[in-house]
Amino acid sequence: MPVDKSFIGKKGEPVTMHVERGKIREFARAIKDDDQLYFDEAYAAREAGGIMPPVTFLQTASHWDDGRGRPRVPFDLKRVLHGEQEYEFLAPIHAGDVLTAVSTVVDVYEKPGKRGGSMNFAVIETEYRNQGGTLVARARSVSIETGQVVKD
Amino acid sequence: MAAAKRYWQDVKEGDTLAEVRVEKLTRTDFVKYAGASGDFNPIHHDQTFAEASGNPTVFAMGMLNASILSRVVTAFAGRPNVRRYKVRFATRAWPGDDVICRGRVTRKLELGDEKLVEGELEAVNQKGETLISGSFVAALPSRG
Repeated sequence: MPVDKSFIGKKGEPVTMHVERGKIREFARAIKDDDQLYFDEAYAAREAGGIMPPVTFLQTASHWDDGRGRPRVPFDLKRVLHGEQEYEFLAPIHAGDVLTAVSTVVDVYEKPGKRGGSMNFAVIETEYRNQGGTLVARARSVSIETGQVVKD
Repeated sequence: MAAAKRYWQDVKEGDTLAEVRVEKLTRTDFVKYAGASGDFNPIHHDQTFAEASGNPTVFAMGMLNASILSRVVTAFAGRPNVRRYKVRFATRAWPGDDVICRGRVTRKLELGDEKLVEGELEAVNQKGETLISGSFVAALPSRG
């Protein structure tokens, strides 16, 4: 299916994300990270002003949202690959913070695939602000819809 | 384990970051990450769906591998000091695969009042195939 450029500039609804301590612990365990910053409140308070989420934790916001948040580009799940992911951290994030995330489709484009057919790309940027209105992080994600079912 | 305190002055361009290694990924690892992240794309946990999508079995979420790779940076600089983390996904990781993560300092610079370190990252499997290539920027404390 040819790429639909009309998705460029589409913005999602603001999504609220509670940065929960239990969720941070679960996430740290899932990535096998035993850094006490994620588990020990007293230690984290001394070292970092409180328990912080792991670097890739903001990814949870894009899955646990209520469905309004992500401006959707209609890619077929069976053919979608995660191409790239980037996080920029502009101010500290701690357990207990309430973040508001807004996602925007910043680009949609098409490229010829290596094995014939064409691949569609969608670039989505998400800005996270905390309860004080401070921009704390920016995420940028590139999704790829392959021409056929993904094979290595 | 907590990150060791490291000063900007103690780091040189070309320095190697300590390796992080997770051996023999299991389907349970994928399910744990699914629960933690909310990524319930069935291609990562449902054998029937994975086969119907043309795959021999389920495979790891790229973000699970990217999360493991990010530990190279947090162990080096400490989580509060991470300013930027970027990954590009190459090959997929399958049950039984190892995820071996490495990093290297490529540049030191000062920006405003922050002393920064830039580096490149790579996660490979046990066959040496690249799972992820990446980069990072971290701020380090200054001595004196």
